[in-house]
Amino acid sequence: MELYQLTAHQLHEKLVNKEVTAREITESIYNRIEAVEKDVKAYITLTKEDALKQADKVDEKIANGEEIAPLAGIPIAIKDNMSTEGVKTTCASQILHNYKPPYDATVIKKLVAEDYIMVGKTNMDEFAMGSSTENSGFSKTANPWDLTRVPGGSSGGSAAAVAAGEAIISLGSDTGGSIRQPAAFCGVVGLKPTYGLVSRYGLVAFASSLDQIGPFSKDITDCAIALNYIAGHDEFDSTSANREVPDYTASLNQDIAGMKIGVPSEYFGDGIDQEVKDAVWAAIKKLEELGAEYEEVSLPHTDYALSAYYLIAPAEASSNLARYDGVRYGLRSEEAKGLVEMYKNTRQEGFGDEVKRRIMLGTYALSSGYYDAYYKKAQKVRTLVKQDFDKAFEKYDVLISPTTPTTSFKAGAKKDPLEMYLSDICTIPINLAGIPALSMPCGLDSNGLPIGLQIMGNHFGEEKILQVAHAFEQATDFHKKQASL
Amino acid sequence: MLDGYEMTVGLEIHVQLDTDTKIFCGCKNEFGAEPNHHTCPICLGLPGTLPVLNEKAVEYIVKAGLALNCEINTFSKFDRKNYFYADLPKAYQISQFDLPFCEDGHVMIQLEDETEMKIGITRIHLEEDAGKLNHAGEGIASSDSSLVDYNRVGTPLIEIVSEPDIHSPEQAIAYLKKIKSILEYIGVSDCDMSQGSMRADVNISVAPTGSDELGTRTELKNMNSFKAIEKALKYEPKRQIKVLESGGEIIQGTLTWDDEAGKTIPMRSKEEAHDYRYFPEPDLVPVIVEQEWVDGIEDSLPELPDARQKRYVEELGIPEYDAMVITADREMADFFEAVVKEHNDAKAISNWIMGDFSRLLNEESITIAEVKFKPADLAQMLKLMDEGTISSKIAKTVFEEMFATGKNPDTIVEEKGLKQISDTSELEKIIDQVIADNQSALEDYRGGNKNVFGFFIGQTMKATRGKANPGMVNKILKEKLEG
Ligand SMILES: [Zn+2]
Repeated sequence: MELYQLTAHQLHEKLVNKEVTAREITESIYNRIEAVEKDVKAYITLTKEDALKQADKVDEKIANGEEIAPLAGIPIAIKDNMSTEGVKTTCASQILHNYKPPYDATVIKKLVAEDYIMVGKTNMDEFAMGSSTENSGFSKTANPWDLTRVPGGSSGGSAAAVAAGEAIISLGSDTGGSIRQPAAFCGVVGLKPTYGLVSRYGLVAFASSLDQIGPFSKDITDCAIALNYIAGHDEFDSTSANREVPDYTASLNQDIAGMKIGVPSEYFGDGIDQEVKDAVWAAIKKLEELGAEYEEVSLPHTDYALSAYYLIAPAEASSNLARYDGVRYGLRSEEAKGLVEMYKNTRQEGFGDEVKRRIMLGTYALSSGYYDAYYKKAQKVRTLVKQDFDKAFEKYDVLISPTTPTTSFKAGAKKDPLEMYLSDICTIPINLAGIPALSMPCGLDSNGLPIGLQIMGNHFGEEKILQVAHAFEQATDFHKKQASL
Repeated sequence: MLDGYEMTVGLEIHVQLDTDTKIFCGCKNEFGAEPNHHTCPICLGLPGTLPVLNEKAVEYIVKAGLALNCEINTFSKFDRKNYFYADLPKAYQISQFDLPFCEDGHVMIQLEDETEMKIGITRIHLEEDAGKLNHAGEGIASSDSSLVDYNRVGTPLIEIVSEPDIHSPEQAIAYLKKIKSILEYIGVSDCDMSQGSMRADVNISVAPTGSDELGTRTELKNMNSFKAIEKALKYEPKRQIKVLESGGEIIQGTLTWDDEAGKTIPMRSKEEAHDYRYFPEPDLVPVIVEQEWVDGIEDSLPELPDARQKRYVEELGIPEYDAMVITADREMADFFEAVVKEHNDAKAISNWIMGDFSRLLNEESITIAEVKFKPADLAQMLKLMDEGTISSKIAKTVFEEMFATGKNPDTIVEEKGLKQISDTSELEKIIDQVIADNQSALEDYRGGNKNVFGFFIGQTMKATRGKANPGMVNKILKEKLEG
């Protein structure tokens, strides 16, 4: 096994035992990048020089006999919508092609305090709008399992980086499935935490009431370790929850006997691939073998979630993205005469089609005379969706469903935006409700592509999710399968 | 004044709150620093930043609401007001739409004819101020470039919206002055209009007298002087009436006030008006304030101008009008009371404050804080008058000297030799001389022309450089002239 193939907890042990150095780990990652990045295109920016310097610092600490944190010396990739001081943060948009922030996002500050090693900034759908990473303003990322297919999105670069061995862990953001769907497509673990568990300060906003940062990893233990270090109250984020953060690794290895699993029937409808359904059901049976009980349950407002999402998210986005006007940073159109023309040309040149589409949708939904019919109504639907989950969690510890209706599709296959939107149908309701959900591999389809299992928990129910996920992982070996690149 | 028509004025007063830091970040809230000095990623609206509400700003708006007799909403929230402009870094302003902190208040105003009037306040909401543009040319359209100063971005701002209760320029100005006075009293703002910490949007409409409906209104934005507002309010209704009388229609829209030309000029019409697309601010949670906390603020409010005015009239016995003028300015009233503490003749004190004191403040255009002498000095000066050490005429000189130098009145009287001459023999000597020097006037007097008595008084005062005790001069002169 090469170092880039290991997990963070395995590497940590090797570091502590002085079997390897952080420099060796980091070099292994960059060698891997050298070998596969031309095909995968997971990154927008690589920060090798700083990474090696940082690795040497960690090695020095180890040499000095200092105790190191679990993520110290671990190469981690960051989605390019998280603010990194002095390192370009583009959101994969031409409008921010040259933007270098003067500050670190809170999650970055926390990782820096851990002595993590930033490998680089990963590719994504522009401003996190998309489900295939084909909407990047710079390049398209490929799925490491099949380079002709998409890695999912919007955090496709972060998912692909971990799947291809170009990072040990990565951070993504999830507004409607942008962590879980690419995790499913790339055969890795991806967690969208409870809204408010991880600070959004420094995460470039797409839809503020839905966005949440979370980790990608190769296994559940790494997921728990990463969550330990990014979760927690932040005085710079008014929507971050002010509550004690538990040690998420403590819930691993606990028996799941007697746990109650709900299986929402709406997530196994006609639009879901049979192979995907079969794999998820097999996983549920496996959990039953491990002592959990399951029952089918109905979440009756599921069907309306997608429509509500596509009003709320674009509405917030239309406002969040208004600041890219060419006045202060990023792209400024050179052609324009006068202020209004500068706005128009800059935004015309800087934004891609999907971003423009959503800005227009959102602007329309908020316009006077339409607000009640669209935005307000969507918020009411959101409340109903949330109530469905609240009711279900009165009875069940976790809910289980497929993460995506299908496995990864061919690049360029989904030309119709609506068709693309449907690939998030199993993940979107979770964001509307603000609850946590994790995707992990639970098999391969007949094309040899990973299938994702989605485990949802109640608000701040990450421990139960991790407990179930870990039990499943220990009883199976899907997580050991790696893309043969 | 407006034959057959009644004007209606609506005022939206913007007041910057005097908090130490800005409303959503830790930057200093300070006027006059180097451009863009007080900025950070948050107030610059850099990608990924989030607002965190300054609790002091909430305290201040609640204070303002209570002082203006508002209901305080214990559940309040923020909304985004979306529009593009270079002075607005996020391209939206965090403001309040349907759940402002304060609603349904009022103030009492007093008019020159001494009538009182109640002006309703619809609401007061909290929002962030924008930055400032400096255009290379006249305006943004005609300039090759503009510079932006974001120091002001994020200054906490309250907007006070009046009910359509105002129907004359006098009422409008009295209302504005009352709001300014109250906010200064409670210390939430310096309300300095020249620095933009208080400015007003003025809506004006006219309708036939007795009509139930308001006419189409025009709006003057960002007015920052009472004088300009007063002039505009005298001009605009007449213009509107002229349009209506000639069969025209008022076009709803924004006007600017050209102070030099003394007229309003159309800026943009409603067709171009913004759709602000308000929606709840997802980056902030609703604000829930405890009733107890609100009550605590209410208890801590200082005595407000109305109450103080009443007390001055009832307890100190000064005229209603004087009490109103003095209490309108907290510093002025504080000064007045400090003198009253040292001297028991409130009426005399109020006369000095209303008279020479106000005149000199005006002439020198300084504030009370900058006045060189102390309240105790004025009290001492009044004591010197009461004791007959100086005459009221000399007191004027002493007062001006106090104002100019800050010296205490005893020193001034001493140094300048201004002590009143009340010595009978000394005065008799001087008056004898005056009579001796003016024999023909004496003959006139004795011939029955009593008017020359004033002439003799004048001559005596001249001879004593005003220091002669006027009462005694009167008495001695009379005796001597009658012979
Ligand atoms: Zn700031």
